[in-house]
Amino acid sequence: MKATIRVNSERCKGCGLCIEFCPRQCIFFSKQFNKSGYHWAVLEKENDCTGCGLCFMMCPDICIETYKNKGIR
Amino acid sequence: MKSFLNGNIALCKGAITAGLKSYFGYPITPQNEIPSYLSRKMIEIGRVFVQAESEIAAINMTLGAAVTGARAMTSSSSPGISLKQETISYMAGMQVPALIVNIQRGGPGLGNISGAQSDYFQAVKGGGHGDYRIIVIAPNSVQEMYETAYDAFDLAEKYRTPVMILSDGVIGQMMEPVEFNKLEKKESELSKKDWILNGCKNRKPRSVKSLFMKEGILEENNIKLQKKYKLISENEIKYELYMAEDAEVIITAYGISSRISKSAVKLARKNGIKAGLFRPRVLWPFPSKIINSLAKSNVKFLSVELTCGGQMIEDVKLALNGKSSVEFLGKTDGKLITEEEILNKLKIL
Amino acid sequence: MGKMLSRPKSLKNVALSYCPGCGHGIVHRIIAECIDELSIREKTIAVAPVGCAVFAYDYFNFDVTEAPHGRPPAVATGIKRTNPDKFVFTYQGDGDIAAIGMAETMHAANRGENISIIFVNNANYGMTGGQMAPTTLIGQVTDTTPFGRNSKKEGYPIKLCELLSVLEGSIYLERVSIHNPKNIINTRKAIKKAFQCQIDGKGFSMIEVISNCPVGWSMSPLESIKWVKEVFIKSFPLGVVCDKR
Repeated sequence: MKATIRVNSERCKGCGLCIEFCPRQCIFFSKQFNKSGYHWAVLEKENDCTGCGLCFMMCPDICIETYKNKGIR
Repeated sequence: MKSFLNGNIALCKGAITAGLKSYFGYPITPQNEIPSYLSRKMIEIGRVFVQAESEIAAINMTLGAAVTGARAMTSSSSPGISLKQETISYMAGMQVPALIVNIQRGGPGLGNISGAQSDYFQAVKGGGHGDYRIIVIAPNSVQEMYETAYDAFDLAEKYRTPVMILSDGVIGQMMEPVEFNKLEKKESELSKKDWILNGCKNRKPRSVKSLFMKEGILEENNIKLQKKYKLISENEIKYELYMAEDAEVIITAYGISSRISKSAVKLARKNGIKAGLFRPRVLWPFPSKIINSLAKSNVKFLSVELTCGGQMIEDVKLALNGKSSVEFLGKTDGKLITEEEILNKLKIL
Repeated sequence: MGKMLSRPKSLKNVALSYCPGCGHGIVHRIIAECIDELSIREKTIAVAPVGCAVFAYDYFNFDVTEAPHGRPPAVATGIKRTNPDKFVFTYQGDGDIAAIGMAETMHAANRGENISIIFVNNANYGMTGGQMAPTTLIGQVTDTTPFGRNSKKEGYPIKLCELLSVLEGSIYLERVSIHNPKNIINTRKAIKKAFQCQIDGKGFSMIEVISNCPVGWSMSPLESIKWVKEVFIKSFPLGVVCDKR
């Protein structure tokens, strides 16, 4: 895993902008609902995430954080 | 040291001596001496003067300066004060202290440019929307224009409330000797405020607002405001009594009307009428208890105002609560009531 | 793994009350990032509007005051003139800045006030239920233009950047958008430039951010982003409108 994202599942409102703009199509909606009744964003294809940050950039609720494995360049 | 000044300039001098940091104005007669004088003076002493694009902008600039803890003021006359009402309501809700000066002219509408007292209701009953009051001070001399402007800022800051000086075109423009009996306030003497916005260095960020959306918190804020108003009502009553002890008829009047009424009382006494004067120096809070204590079945009251229909008379009636009767003498159209007119009215009471 | 991108310090760690997909959150984040980068959080005094962003003081992690509808430029004038050492910006919507507050906006620009304005243009009054705004497009259906905005009755969308650009007091005016990452990067650059313009004492700047309002436009978040790209910015061309820095 080169990189990953962490989504605050309770803050996510399921707008889907991160899913739309992920260049590797590795984010999907959760099957379950959160407390507010939304399907939140989940990184499913964990190995495909490059940590490019486009999901973070498009997220209107600032509920995504990105992480990178510093050993791998 | 005494100087011969008009009321508007004396007011400016009082405000500056109290540490006025920022003034925002817009031209309207009969208060034009205020922005005119301050446009030069404030710059000379390194303070802020802005001629705004409207009375609305001027009061909002005043709000902006005041939320940062500065002593700020705006002035206008009746139609302009109407325009400022929305922001006065915000300032009451946000609990922002500032000085608003109304040099009243005749109304309604454009009315005329002579002195009048017909903004009493607007000033003391709230004026804008919502459940609030502001402190309203009514000077009746050029000396008092100087002194009340000086004191208004301490009062505003003590209670975190807008304060209005409700004067009129006559006092604003008449000239009298003024004794500069107040000491210059230094910035270091001004009270430290724990609510102002001055950047969140070494503290948590703050906000100043009047919006309370979550359930119950608007009521909580309104109850807090009402407690404050009760405290102001207990502490800030100011009035003048003149020959009222044995009076059989007591004139109630404020501002310029109280000056004329005082002369009328002297004239009446010479004519064998036992007249006296009750003059509220602060209009809100209104000295209802004092008026009530003067009420007796054999004492009549006369409310003298520069209005056509009578405004302060309603508060006098409420204060008397039926214990004494009250009559009205008023004039509009920019003409002053004369001592003789008051005397004639006293004779037929 | 090391944390790379996360919430800027100038934004409180609280949930935003905006509708799903609404652009306000992105604009908030960009502003907060610029304030962090310029190290001006502790001397910032912001002015919140009346409209969807009325709760901005609950989100921004610095001092914020309320202002009556349309009056933020006047309030900001009072703050900045009294405290020239503070950093002062207003956050306003289209109705606030270009309808009820047009006089305050024009005159703050004309005086060359050394303040920054972030103007979020989403072509409708979002907070009150999607009514026609001064920036509503011709033909656009809103709560109060059920037959579409008709120029004969409702006039034309106001292009505020262009309008302010003729005033000599305007220093830096740019229209940007947030409908994709590339434009978000541009928005970030523009807002940072506007803030720097104030820090350098150069005077009045305004960044007009074309934003989406999915609920007000009766669209899904994705449809609203597409509409910004295909329709909205065709009427409101992006780019620098005035730069006298």
